[in-house]
Amino acid sequence: MKLTGAVALSTMLALGASACGGDSDSGGGGDTVTIGFMGDLTGENSGIVIPPKQAAQLAIDEYNATKPKVKITLKTYDSQGKGEQAVPLAKQAITKDKIAGLIGPAFSGESAQVDPVLEEGKVPSISASATNAALATHGWKYWHRLIANDNVQGAGIGGFIATQLKAKKVFIIHDSSEYGKPFAETVKATVTKAGATTSTDAIDVQGSDYSSTVNKVKAFAPDAIFFGGYYAQAGKLIKQLREGGVKARFLSGDGSLDKGLAAGAGGTTADGSIIGCPCLIDPSGTAGAASKKFADAYKAKFGADTAIYSAEGYDAATAFIAAVKAGNTTPEKINTYLSTIDIAGVSKQIKFSPAGEPTATDVYVYQVKGDQLPLLGNSKNATVK
Amino acid sequence: MSNLFNQFWPYTIDGLSLGAIYALMALGYTMVYGVLRLINFAHSEIFMIGTFAVLGTLHLFGMPTNVSGFALVGLLIVLALVGGAASGGSAVILEYVAYRPLRRHGASRLAALISAIGASLFLQQLFARLVVPAAFDLPKEKGALPVQGHFVQKSNVIHIGSFELSNDRLIVIVGAVLMMLLLDVFVERTKLGRGIRATAQDPETAVLMGVNIDRIVTATFAIGGAMAGVAAALYMLRFEETRYDVGFLLGIKAFTAAVLGGIGNLRGALVGGVLLGLFEMYGSAIFGSEWQNVVAFSVLVLVLMFRPTGILGESLQQARA
Repeated sequence: MKLTGAVALSTMLALGASACGGDSDSGGGGDTVTIGFMGDLTGENSGIVIPPKQAAQLAIDEYNATKPKVKITLKTYDSQGKGEQAVPLAKQAITKDKIAGLIGPAFSGESAQVDPVLEEGKVPSISASATNAALATHGWKYWHRLIANDNVQGAGIGGFIATQLKAKKVFIIHDSSEYGKPFAETVKATVTKAGATTSTDAIDVQGSDYSSTVNKVKAFAPDAIFFGGYYAQAGKLIKQLREGGVKARFLSGDGSLDKGLAAGAGGTTADGSIIGCPCLIDPSGTAGAASKKFADAYKAKFGADTAIYSAEGYDAATAFIAAVKAGNTTPEKINTYLSTIDIAGVSKQIKFSPAGEPTATDVYVYQVKGDQLPLLGNSKNATVK
Repeated sequence: MSNLFNQFWPYTIDGLSLGAIYALMALGYTMVYGVLRLINFAHSEIFMIGTFAVLGTLHLFGMPTNVSGFALVGLLIVLALVGGAASGGSAVILEYVAYRPLRRHGASRLAALISAIGASLFLQQLFARLVVPAAFDLPKEKGALPVQGHFVQKSNVIHIGSFELSNDRLIVIVGAVLMMLLLDVFVERTKLGRGIRATAQDPETAVLMGVNIDRIVTATFAIGGAMAGVAAALYMLRFEETRYDVGFLLGIKAFTAAVLGGIGNLRGALVGGVLLGLFEMYGSAIFGSEWQNVVAFSVLVLVLMFRPTGILGESLQQARA
């Protein structure tokens, strides 16, 4: 009796649940489309993930304000930059939230783990900040990014060191990470090809004493020093180098493009250092009027200046918005649209190669001044005082 | 290899100053082990608390900038007192909360070890989630917490040919040696020091001789903690930066130093610390800086394999602390 009752009850519940849970596929049935954003929103390096998220929100809110037929909702997923947290979130996003597209993941390490999941779920993604070159080599059909990869960035910065700085001896330092090491090696290869001599050393991300590296730099007496890694370590490194009496110019890449660099080095110690990035941060519109308009709108909405990757985050959202505007509301149709998109964004032309890489490959250089990082120009023609 | 020969003195000085900090921290591990046979894993967080106390003091009195000369020594003495008090105090509280109840109930040493690890994790996360955001007005950022601006004017004090000695490294080395001499005198000459040695040798007989074990244990933790606090002040002098997990790597290395020198042996802590610092620096000169940690832990493995009692071998109880 009791067993029969339990069976009957559970059968009723199951039928009820399936009747209620019968949502149609990927938001195409309703009049909202969900786009996800995944990245380190509350952890150590959230400083370089929150700007693109806010910019994406700005783009989507601007679109929704035009009272379109199909609205877009942005759903955020905080992976803390870690693959093991990102993967379950991605699975949840695809199966439960039924996202039609994902902006992100923000970092290369988590991308390597999450992108296969997205590929399997046939959900298109556009990353605004994952720069590891290897990501494009897997033949993924649903993966895109709107930022030039580390090979391009390395070649751009290396070219700047060799041509504009005319450095003959370059000391290369990296943090042994999946991002920093290959990046530093690309820079090394570029400057070596241009005729400079190099020496290499690596630092420990968890340690605080870089005296061994500083001693090696002093012995080598370089014209320029390049560091592949993040701002937390770069700041400390600059500080210890200057304390050790090393005067050579310090350069680094997009992982160091943050105010934390100057803070870590202390006061004006980091002044004059050049940080390269395939991203464009241009609030004064030096590169074009569109970036100034975007920067003003961003400042009005969030009360803060645009920061690293915000323009790229805005463009990633713009790409998805354009797809939805053109009537594509399923992941498959959005992905097909992305393969042919060709519109102007605030950071670059939004256009993808068949592998998912952006076709625009400019690298920009910024110079540290106090706690600001004003744009110096394009790495191909910027001059430094 | 050529790197090492050309830069022998810089690497040696760096090794000595790094080793000095290791040695001071190792004292905490070695004393607690000598008296209680407990490896106090939370000692690394005691150090971390010391660095935050120093940081807080600097911020509280407005960041002095570019201090040098005798003013620097004066400032350092103040910071060492603050750090020592904060760390010593936290160590005493730690003992009272995490270890004493276990001792009362006659719990096994394993239970105390687990309690130590738990205390360590608790303190780390407490600072990461609560103290740092609250006291320093930052978002729940788990990153480094740099002291704003320079408070030390780093300059070369001695400059003979290629031999350079900067003021901060000199202070670190001299400071550490001074503290160790003080501790040596304390353990040899004072009544409390005798009590510590007696408890380390044989707790039951010590009780029969009228030694108050609880007071001895508290004193051991307080002194070990105070040493870590001084190490924290010296660390802040050298690196001007701290994090919620700054103690982690340093703690393991300091523990390695204590084992290297002979755990339970105070002079062993000094020898172990200095040697470890030198090995690390020379190793990184020869193999590359990223191998620094590998060198340190290989030393630990080798010591445990071939001479587990450490270089100086004898223990705290052998009246030759």
